[in-house]
Amino acid sequence: MLRVDEAQEPVEFSPELISKFDEIVSRYPQGKQKSGLLPILHLVQAEFGWVSAPAMDKVAEYLSILPIEVYEVATFYTMYFLRPQGKYVLEVCRTSGCCLVGAEKIMDHIEKTLGVKEGEVTPDGLFSWRGVECLAACGFGPVLQIGPEYTFYENLTNESVDKLISDLKAKAKN
Amino acid sequence: MGRKLLLEHINVPGINTFDVYRSKGGYASVEKALKMTPEEIVEEVKKSGLRGRGGAGFPTGMKWSFLAKPEGVPRYLVCNGDESEPGTFKDRYLMTHIPHLLIEGMIVSSFALGANTSYIYLRGEMMPQVRILERAIAEAKAKGFLGKNILGTGYDLELYVQPGGGAYICGEETALLESLEGKRGNPRIKPPFPAIAGLYGCPTVVNNVESIAAVVPIINEGGDEYAKIGIGRSTGTKLISAGGNLKKPGVYEIELGLPVEEFIYSDEYCGGIANGKRLKAVVAGGSSVPILPANLILKTINNEARLMSYESLSDGGFVSGTMLGSGGFIAYDEDACIVRNTWNFARFYHHESCGQCSPCREGTGWMEKVLHRLEYGHGKMSDMDLLVDVSKKIEGNTICPLGDAAAWPVASAIRHFRDEFEWHVTNASEATSRNYGLAHYADPLKVVETSPL
Ligand SMILES: Cc1cc2nc3c(=O)[nH]c(=O)nc-3n(C[C@H](O)[C@H](O)[C@H](O)COP(=O)(O)O)c2cc1C
Ligand code: SF4
Ligand code: FES
Repeated sequence: MLRVDEAQEPVEFSPELISKFDEIVSRYPQGKQKSGLLPILHLVQAEFGWVSAPAMDKVAEYLSILPIEVYEVATFYTMYFLRPQGKYVLEVCRTSGCCLVGAEKIMDHIEKTLGVKEGEVTPDGLFSWRGVECLAACGFGPVLQIGPEYTFYENLTNESVDKLISDLKAKAKN
Repeated sequence: MGRKLLLEHINVPGINTFDVYRSKGGYASVEKALKMTPEEIVEEVKKSGLRGRGGAGFPTGMKWSFLAKPEGVPRYLVCNGDESEPGTFKDRYLMTHIPHLLIEGMIVSSFALGANTSYIYLRGEMMPQVRILERAIAEAKAKGFLGKNILGTGYDLELYVQPGGGAYICGEETALLESLEGKRGNPRIKPPFPAIAGLYGCPTVVNNVESIAAVVPIINEGGDEYAKIGIGRSTGTKLISAGGNLKKPGVYEIELGLPVEEFIYSDEYCGGIANGKRLKAVVAGGSSVPILPANLILKTINNEARLMSYESLSDGGFVSGTMLGSGGFIAYDEDACIVRNTWNFARFYHHESCGQCSPCREGTGWMEKVLHRLEYGHGKMSDMDLLVDVSKKIEGNTICPLGDAAAWPVASAIRHFRDEFEWHVTNASEATSRNYGLAHYADPLKVVETSPL
């Protein structure tokens, strides 16, 4: 759900970010710049960690479309975060193929280890997690991905999840 | 050993780079095709008998020949790399390991269709593959296989990779086009078909990643040679994504017509069921196709060996057959709970419904709720008929086939495993803690023993 009661601070897009937008828009015919909306929202999320309403308004302005055209897209697709998340969002596949090989136990383990429920952020701001649908890696399950690079971790076990979490903690310190 | 046309070189170190790929005969089909006329290429693809590998199995050559060609209007080729059908993971595998095969196929196919700008649409979660493909495109461009005046023939082609935003429905071709235009992934009402009015209202062909890749061996070897592989109207090779309770899950390239039993149990393929368990059920072509119990996936109702082909898998229709679909093959062992699995699928479709049609939007939600209560021990005996009733009301009454795709798994699970659903009602407290114990569907056939690995 789109929530406008979050801290909605104004955002600025850096010239580097804008030049990435320009490159994307150059891929489409004249006047079809709206095609760049989904890739641009990914860039915004990679930059800020989520897409806020002011960021969406800026994107609308950049693409010369109405803000509602951005909102309806951002709310339709599952990958765009409409509220702040942990620095690392662990997205675990919860669909049939992965459940057959233990995805539900992995999610229980993550919930216990991080001490937060699905969708919540750990107090240190480092982690959140959620179940997502089939990630096209069913033969290598259980799997999880972490944005904004969408790195994959396959054949998960409790031990590999523990190691992943401690590695990420160490990485965040540096 | 079956023939490998797509994955033959997948284990060659560095095959993801242009130079190694080229040294293995890569891009030869482009050199050959650019000397042919577009009509001749379409003719070869027609002769090959290639059927769309995205799920529907529509003949690719025929689809190409429907493309409208009005003067002065651009035409587009859009590759469907959305791959979100549960159980399917072949396209991601192919693009990750041998990206140039897709690029090569895109160049030949775009030339055949007269497209000068083509897009590869990937589900947004495939960001690593976006980078892999963009690198491959840059390499091919630097070598003169993309961009202006390809190989000095005067043919121009720009190829772009477009990430989606995470939505199964964007695999449906018209939803994909909406998404590529920067909108919500709401399927369009057909007609008009994309061949007449697709991307930006222009004539467009949408093809699956594997279909496009298959064009490469078809041009290299000729359509007639390709058609010799396989069985009947199921020509060529097919990538099968094998997952679930198998000893060796993974992506396999098979010659169509391979016996299902050999695919599951032979050491060349899946190596049998993991952990010494027995087979209970199979979803043969991605979550949308009917689930079959072990006896019916291994043999048809007429006691003929079931083959991995479009015709053999659908033998028996919806009563006792299923479909090849996208080739997402999920094996369930004797411990798998069919009710829980059916609930899992129903939740998936409810989550992924775009919400445009009320039978799909509401019906998938109903099915999810009823299956949830059955799984958690609050079900009623009448729930099974209720589920079948809801599934019938969705089927055929929606804009796009997602509605059918949501209805079939539920209807088929109840048809073949009704006693397991009933057991969840009569043994409600047990059902929450342990699986249906009888498992009498597990390998009722005599299974050939394979040597231990
Ligand atoms: C709900 C739904 C999801 C689909 N998902 C995919 C997909 O992920 N990949 C794909 O290639 N085709 C998918 N399809 C089929 C496409 O609509 C289309 O038929 C296909 O891309 C055509 O390519 P082909 O002829 O090469 O198979 C889906 C269809 C439906 C109804
Ligand atoms: S059938 Fe479902 S997914 Fe397809 S258009 Fe209708 S509501 Fe959307
Ligand atoms: S079911 Fe988990 S990746 Fe497909």
